[in-house]
Amino acid sequence: MAAPNDRPRPVLQTALVDAGFAGLVTFGLSFPLLAYRTEQDMQNQLVVEPRWSLSLVAVVAIFCARLLAGLIQDWRARALAIPGALVAVYGGRLALVADPATGAGVACVGLALLAIAFPLDARLRHAPAQVARSEAPDRGGLFAIGGLVALFLFPFIMLAWLGPAGSLKWINNFGVQILIYVMLGWGLNIVVGLAGLLDLGYVAFYAVGAYSYALLSTTFGLSFWICLPLAGLLAAFWGVILGFPVLRLRGDYLAIVTMAFGEIIRIVLINWTDFSNGYAGISSIPRVTFFGVPFTANDDGFATLFGLEFTPIHRTIFLYFLILCLALLTNAVTLRLRRLPIGRAWEALREDEIACRSLGVNTVNTKLTAFALGAMFGGFAGAFFAVRQNFVSPESFTFIESATILAIVVLGGMGSQIGVALAAVAMIGGTEILRELDFLKQIFGESFDPAQYRMLIFGLAMVVMMIWKPRGLISSRAPSIFLKHKRSVAGSMVREGHG
Amino acid sequence: MSQPLLRIEGVEAAYGEIVALRDVNIDVNAGEIVTLIGANGAGKSTLMMTIFGSPRARAGRIIFDGSDITAMAPHDIARSGIAQSPEGRRIFARMSVYENLQMGAAVNGGAFFNEDLERVFAIFPRLKERMRQSGGTLSGGEQQMLAIARALMSRPRLLLLDEPSLGLAPLVVKLIFDTIRDLNKREGLTVFLVEQNAFHALKLADRAYVLVNGRVTMSGGGRELLARPEIRAAYLEGGA
Repeated sequence: MAAPNDRPRPVLQTALVDAGFAGLVTFGLSFPLLAYRTEQDMQNQLVVEPRWSLSLVAVVAIFCARLLAGLIQDWRARALAIPGALVAVYGGRLALVADPATGAGVACVGLALLAIAFPLDARLRHAPAQVARSEAPDRGGLFAIGGLVALFLFPFIMLAWLGPAGSLKWINNFGVQILIYVMLGWGLNIVVGLAGLLDLGYVAFYAVGAYSYALLSTTFGLSFWICLPLAGLLAAFWGVILGFPVLRLRGDYLAIVTMAFGEIIRIVLINWTDFSNGYAGISSIPRVTFFGVPFTANDDGFATLFGLEFTPIHRTIFLYFLILCLALLTNAVTLRLRRLPIGRAWEALREDEIACRSLGVNTVNTKLTAFALGAMFGGFAGAFFAVRQNFVSPESFTFIESATILAIVVLGGMGSQIGVALAAVAMIGGTEILRELDFLKQIFGESFDPAQYRMLIFGLAMVVMMIWKPRGLISSRAPSIFLKHKRSVAGSMVREGHG
Repeated sequence: MSQPLLRIEGVEAAYGEIVALRDVNIDVNAGEIVTLIGANGAGKSTLMMTIFGSPRARAGRIIFDGSDITAMAPHDIARSGIAQSPEGRRIFARMSVYENLQMGAAVNGGAFFNEDLERVFAIFPRLKERMRQSGGTLSGGEQQMLAIARALMSRPRLLLLDEPSLGLAPLVVKLIFDTIRDLNKREGLTVFLVEQNAFHALKLADRAYVLVNGRVTMSGGGRELLARPEIRAAYLEGGA
């Protein structure tokens, strides 16, 4: 606990100076960014439109937030007070500029939050430090089962709530899209999180899988269920091909070579038009069928067979369950492998390669299996991607995809399965949610499109993460073997390469 | 005595242009504790690594139990019955003590795992208490115990120890060295020990070699070397 009796300066004064400084910095930053904006006027000339109020709001908001952070020490109270202050400032501006009544109401809500925060802080600060419960019941298992049930019920709940037309967006854009990235994240997690091999070209295996299904199905008419394992095998094969030349590389050098590999695959797909049809891509890939029964309105279609009214949502729901099962398979295999010697060898390799070698671990095989298995799951996901889009082109496999998947793994806390899933939900779901935030237009004006700011927000979130959770969302590592119950070790307790 | 368990014959090793070992000849007989002492940068750790095939010996031969291991892959060398507690301990920081020991038994596929686990826990009771902690949270001495225990898990016939006293408190150093002596006396384990801490190492060793700038300059019985004035001057009195 902080000793309150040896303070050099009173808290209020320190906080004020600090907040004033933060306000000044904000003013300096916001002046060029917010205070003026160039617009085209009637004569099509650029004119400068002053927006001083925006700059002022930013300065006041930062000043208040900083002041509160200085005055309030407990993070829970801060979490209440800072949004409260921001709401109050926003309400104040609204009251002055546009709508006095609503503005005053909003400001009151903000002030109320503030009013709660101060006594809360005082109480929490003087509360005795909580003793860690050593014999807490294992809630992890229950949580996992609940989560699984929720995942399986999700499309039906959406369907019942929003109807076939309204739920399509949620099942497809949120459910399927997020699950693809969960699966890719889990696949890459084997390579990066467990084996510690920084792979920036993971999208290459995704592409191999997608093109495998696209070409095999359109050329040879093979069904999805035959192509799926083939796509996985081909991707694993390419994983080994990549693995061989990079066996001796680590860290930055490995990252550069794998990044180049990802680009090579993409550029080959663009330029080898005889094989891959170049930029035009491969279209009319056979759609997914319900184990041979097509999702069509025909008499032999899925809807007729099961006596349902035809809607395209059936296919989407099937795709949802398909990717859910594939993702769960990835997870199950990873969890199982972690308990087997090969998974332990991956983790040991991540920790210390030299020690591994001196313990008789065949580092060549260990690295290659990690590359191959990670690539295989990437290939599965790719085949799924192709059957879902029924169109593939090199455009879908750019470097930014690799970066996104890697960001998911890093954000999730390398090696943590649940962390990766949460990070995928936050990153992919987050970008999708931005498209839904229409109410922000009422605040920032009609021309405001929140989706345009997604990279900005994404970058900001990354910076914030690296400051507060530098080892990822779930940075503790659950031991693969334990006696009565798991006791995970906080990530901050151990640093790579240090004892 | 028949042929030695480990014979290092005219070994030369280099990092690129920089030659680290020149014409090193060392024998380690079964059941012995042999130590190699030398100053920083003399090439002690390089020799340890060269025995394990990385960096490879540029010239000369390394023969273990009658077979030439000079060109073998590191994991095959480990499989042939040599275990190493590497310099700086190199335990797996984010894995638990138990998992570290499992990695040690990887060579023989964990066939004698439970038996060997009991054995190393009997030698280092402290590790049993710490079984579920992750390696990185152990103290330096405990980490060294873990590194040795991990090496023992593969049931080696030859144990290579690279500076086990590095950065440890005198009391812990004594404990580690007592354990090494114990292992040698009770189980007949052959130990090849590389040390900067010349006093402890020479007291413990049956025989000793001195390495200077990649060459062996002196050899003899441990206590015999300890008594020599040039050793005392170079490694004991001035080197505090």
